[in-house]
Amino acid sequence: MADLAWPNPDDCTLIGKRVPRLDGPDKCAGRAKYTYDINRPRMLWAKFATCPFGRARVKSIDIAPAETMAGVVAVEVIAGAGTECKVAFQEVAVVAAESEEIAREAARRIKIEWEPLEHNVVDDDVAMAGNKAKAGKEALTEDFAAAIDGAAVISETEVGCSIITHCCLEPHGSVVEVTEVDGKTSVMAWCSSQAVSGVGGEFAQAAGVDAANVHVSCQHMGGGFGSKFGADLWGALAARLSKKTGRPVKVMLERDMELALAGSRPSAFARMRVGVEDDGAIIAWESAAWGSGGNGGGMGAPSLPYVFGNVEHKKTQTTPIFTNTGGARAWRAPNHPQMCLLTMAALSDAAAELGMDELEFVKKNLGLTGRADVYAEELGIAAELIDWKKKWMPRGDQRGVLRRGLGLAMHTWGGGPHDSNVQCTLHPDGGVEIRCGTQDLGVGARTTIGIVAAETFGIPLNKVTVLIGDNRYPASGGSGGSTTVGAISTATRHACVQALNKLCEAVAPEMNAAAEALVAKDGMVRGKESTAGGVPFADACRRIGTQPIVTMGQTQRGNGMSDQGVGGVQMAEVEVDCETGIVTMQKLVAVQDCGRIIDLLTTESQVRGAMIMGVCAALYEERIMDPVTGTLLNPDLEFYKLAGIADVGELVVHMMQTPDHLKRGVIGIGEPPAISPMAAISNAVANAIGARVKRCPMTPDRVLAAMKA
Amino acid sequence: MSQTDRPQDASSVSRRGFLRGMSASALAAGALAPAAQALAATVGANAGPGATTSAKAAATVFGPAPIAVNLTINGKTRELRLEPRVTLLDALRNHLDLTGAKKVCDRATCGACTVLLDGKAVYSCTVLAVEAQGKAIETVEGLAEANNGAAPIQKCFVANDAQQCGFCTPGFVMACESVRRRNPHANREQALAELGGNLCRCGTYHGVANAVLDAIHGTTGGK
Ligand code: FES
Ligand code: FES
Repeated sequence: MADLAWPNPDDCTLIGKRVPRLDGPDKCAGRAKYTYDINRPRMLWAKFATCPFGRARVKSIDIAPAETMAGVVAVEVIAGAGTECKVAFQEVAVVAAESEEIAREAARRIKIEWEPLEHNVVDDDVAMAGNKAKAGKEALTEDFAAAIDGAAVISETEVGCSIITHCCLEPHGSVVEVTEVDGKTSVMAWCSSQAVSGVGGEFAQAAGVDAANVHVSCQHMGGGFGSKFGADLWGALAARLSKKTGRPVKVMLERDMELALAGSRPSAFARMRVGVEDDGAIIAWESAAWGSGGNGGGMGAPSLPYVFGNVEHKKTQTTPIFTNTGGARAWRAPNHPQMCLLTMAALSDAAAELGMDELEFVKKNLGLTGRADVYAEELGIAAELIDWKKKWMPRGDQRGVLRRGLGLAMHTWGGGPHDSNVQCTLHPDGGVEIRCGTQDLGVGARTTIGIVAAETFGIPLNKVTVLIGDNRYPASGGSGGSTTVGAISTATRHACVQALNKLCEAVAPEMNAAAEALVAKDGMVRGKESTAGGVPFADACRRIGTQPIVTMGQTQRGNGMSDQGVGGVQMAEVEVDCETGIVTMQKLVAVQDCGRIIDLLTTESQVRGAMIMGVCAALYEERIMDPVTGTLLNPDLEFYKLAGIADVGELVVHMMQTPDHLKRGVIGIGEPPAISPMAAISNAVANAIGARVKRCPMTPDRVLAAMKA
Repeated sequence: MSQTDRPQDASSVSRRGFLRGMSASALAAGALAPAAQALAATVGANAGPGATTSAKAAATVFGPAPIAVNLTINGKTRELRLEPRVTLLDALRNHLDLTGAKKVCDRATCGACTVLLDGKAVYSCTVLAVEAQGKAIETVEGLAEANNGAAPIQKCFVANDAQQCGFCTPGFVMACESVRRRNPHANREQALAELGGNLCRCGTYHGVANAVLDAIHGTTGGK
């Protein structure tokens, strides 16, 4: 029998090792079916007519030109005459047609007369945003003024970052098939969703049935990053149109709508003052921040200063700006990357002002963080990996055209597990099936479950069938906030240990042993003390009779199973061409704790992926709005820039896996490494050129402007 | 796409001829200036099912109605009836259920739709199906099938974890395969330079770089 507790790391053959993902072969052979890939007999394609302005009223709408087109099956008006659209690309009408081409053309033929209205797409300037900027209350500690005035040095920083979008490569969307048999309506929905267990209700409502009659499937999804929890209007429309036409309907957003509407990360800007003592101790922090998450305002927690929250004297104030742009959605560690940039830039500038090495400066102030020991250790490792001591030069000391710089940043995140249920079925022939209503966003959820089950039963990974991405499997939480791995790994362990123990009880008599004395290892069931012999796993399973063993497991919290609260450090090295303003990534180092790792290979991939997303935000991507029309100026991947394979430099990942980290149990990893890169790169550029580039992405024009200032 | 009008040839479509064909449908959208509409109307009137010849340009005009299109995909001939405006990507995905190649940008910027056309990596979202006639089209599915489920490059992708969500992966696999075939001695820099036309949002470049070098040199241990 096995304890619930995670096995000793030295005994593990899979947990903690580099295990290739289970669905890798399907993905790279093109066999993996994503929502976008679902083709159904008689399926209709839906496309939208949208609003071309930041804000405008529909004066009139004529759908006849679309309705009368051959191949068009249904047209529905979403925003009728008199409706005010509040953001560019907002849906005005939808067409369902026999083919994608016809649907697109028909949507274009819809005639809409517009009355453009006043709009605001300015998210970076409080004065220009006028009454769309709503100044928040000032938070002030006692004696703030005296404290900052008494500081040996006061450094000032202004920095910020643009709105970026999630830009999932598979856009948002669903394929929905509403069928009626004998008066009973049921719904089959393929949906690119981070919350498979929970999303059925939205389709149910749209189709007018109970959620019990909705079957949701998402076997593979092309990214989510926090933007794909609901079915959204798009999924609901697919259901409605399918019900209306009696045919399956595919609604997948085109790239422009995806970039305009389907999720963004708020911008954030701040003017900051940091008061420090001669020895580098931070005594006072002042910040006035502003930014926008679109039509909902934006700029939420965490507060400033980030990580170094225990500064004694603080004065902070935030001004959210309301814009006519697609709203913010949770974006990998919501608001943390922005707050990290603002804070770490201000600290880096303070260190430069003092003439101190930035690394020494943050070390001096670790007492102001909640995890001083973790950071101290991680800073040491990161410094070594990037060769900080040898490479660091005081800011602005370089004179050549090509200048190198180093920068660092630190972050924190929770990552505790959500509630998850897992069912384990152990068949009499030794087959193992695990069912869980979770989803794999590309992080390796499927593989995580397989590893834990195989390790628990002591069998090879390919003997485990992992079934996920279906709302008919035991419910599992939405994948957001790095909550998934702690949930599904512990729930799988819980389910499998129970099944294994039942198996041990069934075979104990024939093996002449106490069930407690049996273990499953190396494909055998054998006595605890023996290293060889025993009964092959499949043979043992034959003794359980004709009925499979079925057990249910749930998320396990604490007791070394799972935990929350991590810290990470990243250091960047860049090269800046001072004539062109082009910044080239040389190296980015991430040192990260996340408790006990289940699959080191996919974990490292995820960390590198987060670092690359950070490189994109630091150097390339931003949403650009047209102040005149209020529409999105870069609604495509040509001008909405992402880093390419040769743009990211060397990426070094070091996962903290000491016994102290392992004994905390499993902690999520999706968000934390996405937080620091932008800040570390901004600091590295400042170190190289001797000036702060005021805004990320640090495009060549902004770099040159900073150097001139 | 060819920049000049070609002689009549059922397997090739001229750029101007194609644009004319488009005009007929664009006309109905009311998107053209009156003069252009008049021209398009003439062409549109002629453009019945199948192809007609415009005397002035001596170019073959197809569509807008569906026409017969023969494609050679993964060594097999497939006969389809497609509107001439259908891209190769849409023909594969929407008409043949070959959904390995993905549609991401639909504008020749991301590479998710990469297939091999006569051995050369192309963005299938930016090639018309009619243009691909008479050429060997190789898709990610075909590459796997021809190699017992997984070609060496695909095995290297798995071993090096060169995919996360996997949506960019089929395009990357084909782009890497084309690098491997054309430059069997490519070093890291050369290989990465050739992969600059493919984008990944999950940030799986490290794995892709290792995978392609693994496939070329067998250096990183993946098999
Ligand atoms: S979909 Fe063809 S290049 Fe992006
Ligand atoms: S793996 Fe997700 S886009 Fe590349």
